[in-house]
Amino acid sequence: MVENATEDIHSEVESDHNSFIRKFHHVLHQTPAIVPLIVLSLSILVFGLLLGPKFFSPFALTLILQQVQIVGIVGAAQTLVILTAGIDLSVGAIMVFSSVIMGQFTFRYGLPPTVAVACGLLCGSLIGCINGWLVAKMKLPPFIVTLGMWQIALAANFLYSANETIRSQDIAADAPLLQIFGTKFNIGGAVFTYGVIFMVFLVLFLAYVLKHTAWGRHVYAVGDDREAAGLSGVNVNFTLISVYTIAGLICAFAGWTLIGRIGSVSPTSGQLANIESITAVVIGGISLFGGRGSILGMFFGALIVGVFSLGLRLMGADAQWTYLLIGTLIIVAVALDQWIRKVAS
Amino acid sequence: MEPILAARGLVKRFGRVTALDNCDFELYPGEILGVIGDNGAGKSTLIKSLSGAEIPDEGEVFLEGEAVNFSSPIDARKAGIETVYQTLAMSPALAIADNMFMGREIRKKGLMGQLFRKLDHSKMQKIAHQKLTDLGIMTIQNINQAVETLSGGQRQGVAVARAAAFGSKVIIMDEPTAALGVRESRRVLDLILDVKSRGIPIILISHNMPHVFEVSDRIHIHRLGRRLCVIKPDDFSMSDAVAFMTGAKKPPSEFVGTA
Repeated sequence: MVENATEDIHSEVESDHNSFIRKFHHVLHQTPAIVPLIVLSLSILVFGLLLGPKFFSPFALTLILQQVQIVGIVGAAQTLVILTAGIDLSVGAIMVFSSVIMGQFTFRYGLPPTVAVACGLLCGSLIGCINGWLVAKMKLPPFIVTLGMWQIALAANFLYSANETIRSQDIAADAPLLQIFGTKFNIGGAVFTYGVIFMVFLVLFLAYVLKHTAWGRHVYAVGDDREAAGLSGVNVNFTLISVYTIAGLICAFAGWTLIGRIGSVSPTSGQLANIESITAVVIGGISLFGGRGSILGMFFGALIVGVFSLGLRLMGADAQWTYLLIGTLIIVAVALDQWIRKVAS
Repeated sequence: MEPILAARGLVKRFGRVTALDNCDFELYPGEILGVIGDNGAGKSTLIKSLSGAEIPDEGEVFLEGEAVNFSSPIDARKAGIETVYQTLAMSPALAIADNMFMGREIRKKGLMGQLFRKLDHSKMQKIAHQKLTDLGIMTIQNINQAVETLSGGQRQGVAVARAAAFGSKVIIMDEPTAALGVRESRRVLDLILDVKSRGIPIILISHNMPHVFEVSDRIHIHRLGRRLCVIKPDDFSMSDAVAFMTGAKKPPSEFVGTA
């Protein structure tokens, strides 16, 4: 009797436990950005408690936004590509090359800054379009295509710029438009730049597009199962080419923002954008196998990295601790993704 | 009676292999036509030629008496021919409604739809729910559930519902029961009969003789790239059909060619 009763209770507890896990699983399935949001809130809370007002101030918190603006913008491009089950290793190179074109076209050829900026944006889109064409029409693996394009764009960047940096003072004097994204403004101690505002609006805009337009649903469908998407009436090639083209355009915008951030036009800047954008995407809970995740997750992922780097720096810790923690987070995030992908039967 | 979908003298070659060798085909309004044949007999090439997935080298396809040239499955779909593929062609991570309206989404009316191209999620969910209820497969609790959380039979049900919702003229089903258990197969067969009772003719490709014999009005037997004969399930036994299919037995001459 007694044994039976304890067994019953035991099984009841177990089934409760199971249904809780199932519910949690379901919630993650529906809103994959929730895990990075929890991690972000917790890390802000922990650093806030440890560091007090030094960290928990409008200035420090908005400083994080400024520090992640480039990664956030490039990460938005990376998100689009990864959602189609691709990867874009050329994002950093496209960004730098576009910024160099904006600078050199203004200062070498004396073009009006608006025209130079337009040329830079066009160039980024064009490189992205070539990536997309090779992936969609030639059916080459995205990893290989963008690995090649990374080298090509970076080499073109160094050859064209002759490794020459355009100084910040010159830009400020002759072509302030190039630095416009660096413009700062203050709201009660919180410091924002146009670049930060641009990043936030870009992420919100893409979140809307991905969820509420047919094109957005097609991006997910193509990443989930390319064949099935084609058979159910999605124009797969158009979707892929448009995704890579838009990714290129966004990277060119990141290049423009980069000029605002560092002031000068430097062909050697932004070398880590590739790996940092992929890190933000992965920590943000977006599946590298495509079709799963949300762009808000990427944004939270980028912020998590920003919070860790600033928090640990303010604590006076070795910068390597940041990398160690981020590395751990990446592995945990991918393990979690594998678990989410397991179908609840 | 005019056939709703017909083909005359289809030829399709893949290199040295002739998959279709002067093949004819007819589907009449309101019927279920079973298509059987040994592996490699060319039945999937025939079906692909009808659904636009392959373009035949020679011959013509007629829909309601008019010659049509489909260059892709999307063309055939626009003409009212829906195909339920063996792989189901669904995106597992997306919701049921998303899958049902993939490639033919409904946009919101007014400014939000035209300028911001916003989708009308609630309308699509409502229609999807309606279609599933119509076919009696609303054992699904939540229309926003991801397709991958459904059982095999439920997925098949959603795929059939999608075809039935949009297939105005013909529905082609490729091995709809191949991956299913006994009870789930039963449900899908009932579903097929239910779709037929709505007046939509169905082409059913299957290896499962009992299933084909149970639901078909006529059975097209395919052999060596062409139609060998068309039989009625009541006139012949399953072992006869298998014997015709494999060439062990010759069909009586009155059934050869047309039927």
